Amino acid sequence: MTVTSDVPRADLIGCPNCDLLHRAKPIAEGERAVCQRCHTVLIAPRAAAYSRALALSVANLILVTAAVFHPFLEIHAAGIVNRVSLLDVATSFGTGALVVVTVTSVAMILLVPLLRALLLAYALTPLALQHRAYTGARWAFRVAQELKPWAMTEIFVIGCAVALVKVAGLARLNFGPAFWMFIALSAFVILVDRSLCTWSIWSALDEAEKKPRRQPARRVRQ
Amino acid sequence: MTTAREEGLVTCRTCARVWPGMAEACGRCGARLSSRDALSLQRVWAWWIAGVACYIPANLYPMLVTETLTSRSESTIIGGAIDIAKHGDLGIALIVLIASVFIPVVKFIAIAYLGLSVKLRSQQTPVGRMHLFEVIEFIGRWSMIDVFVVAILSALVQLSVVASIQPGPAALAFALSVIFTMFSAKSFDPRLIWDYLPTRAGSRAP
Repeated sequence: MTVTSDVPRADLIGCPNCDLLHRAKPIAEGERAVCQRCHTVLIAPRAAAYSRALALSVANLILVTAAVFHPFLEIHAAGIVNRVSLLDVATSFGTGALVVVTVTSVAMILLVPLLRALLLAYALTPLALQHRAYTGARWAFRVAQELKPWAMTEIFVIGCAVALVKVAGLARLNFGPAFWMFIALSAFVILVDRSLCTWSIWSALDEAEKKPRRQPARRVRQ
Repeated sequence: MTTAREEGLVTCRTCARVWPGMAEACGRCGARLSSRDALSLQRVWAWWIAGVACYIPANLYPMLVTETLTSRSESTIIGGAIDIAKHGDLGIALIVLIASVFIPVVKFIAIAYLGLSVKLRSQQTPVGRMHLFEVIEFIGRWSMIDVFVVAILSALVQLSVVASIQPGPAALAFALSVIFTMFSAKSFDPRLIWDYLPTRAGSRAP
């Protein structure tokens, strides 16, 4: 992987973590190309990655939306029943300065995962269907990746487990459908992120934008 | 072994494409480009100080206020973990302690260490420091567990006069502390770790 100045710039990869230059070479699915110096994974293509990531993103989209409208947890104590939805949980920090916590909780548990699923689906659909990339697909993919640390579905699920133990002595708890949707959702989120090779997707987006526009009549349709 | 900067190029940290040194935005993904972020360390320290400052009230003020028919109790982060341990759930108590005490404290120390090592132009264990940085970026979010626990409990346990749970002021301080330290880690430019290393002829893989 020696780098010479006569290599076309498009064939070079700079390591995002240590700036070392590498020459990009196509590698087999399942293999990984790592930076020579700092061992950051540069390329890691997966078979059928686009259709799988797309399917999981669409599943996430449906799950987050459905989870909002279903009961999440139910508590019974001394004849009193309290049933809460995810929205109730995220908006439980009532008044004053704690509103800031409400806003961030809603964002991290619901809005950011929803937005990421939408953006990924938008960017990956044409790749999976081998169509021309949609306008703004690059922007959608970049924002989806930047939002990654702020989507905290799996952390919220662990938080639920801790909360259950805390109230176990106080009351009886039942899980609502939304709770199970969230468990599935966090597994899907992890699977999507594992199947995404950033470098391959950027190259695929490059390719997909070169494709001729299919069925130009479609663009006129309202 | 040459870096993009030595070739007069600039690497996009989002999509790994390289551009001529004077480019300001990546032509592929649109991310802002900078060969080295001159203000990186300054931002790291600013967010770090904000994070540490918020972590102190987060531990002093109550995280949860529990009211039952007969009593009213306030528990701090550590007090809450001790309560859980007393009930016999050692594993859960450990999760709370790791997420809310161990991870944040280790993060503060690790970010300070990374910042100082770059400032002092350390040439020791660049690969180790790089891994440390990746671990820090990965585990930082897990501290939010306790904030979510408070959110779930205060939404759920509203049983009129029998029992109710309200969030305490520490919830806000703790959430802010986690967010600020995530920003601090994000501001760190890991390429700085490698910049002061001598490019040895023998460093190429044999």
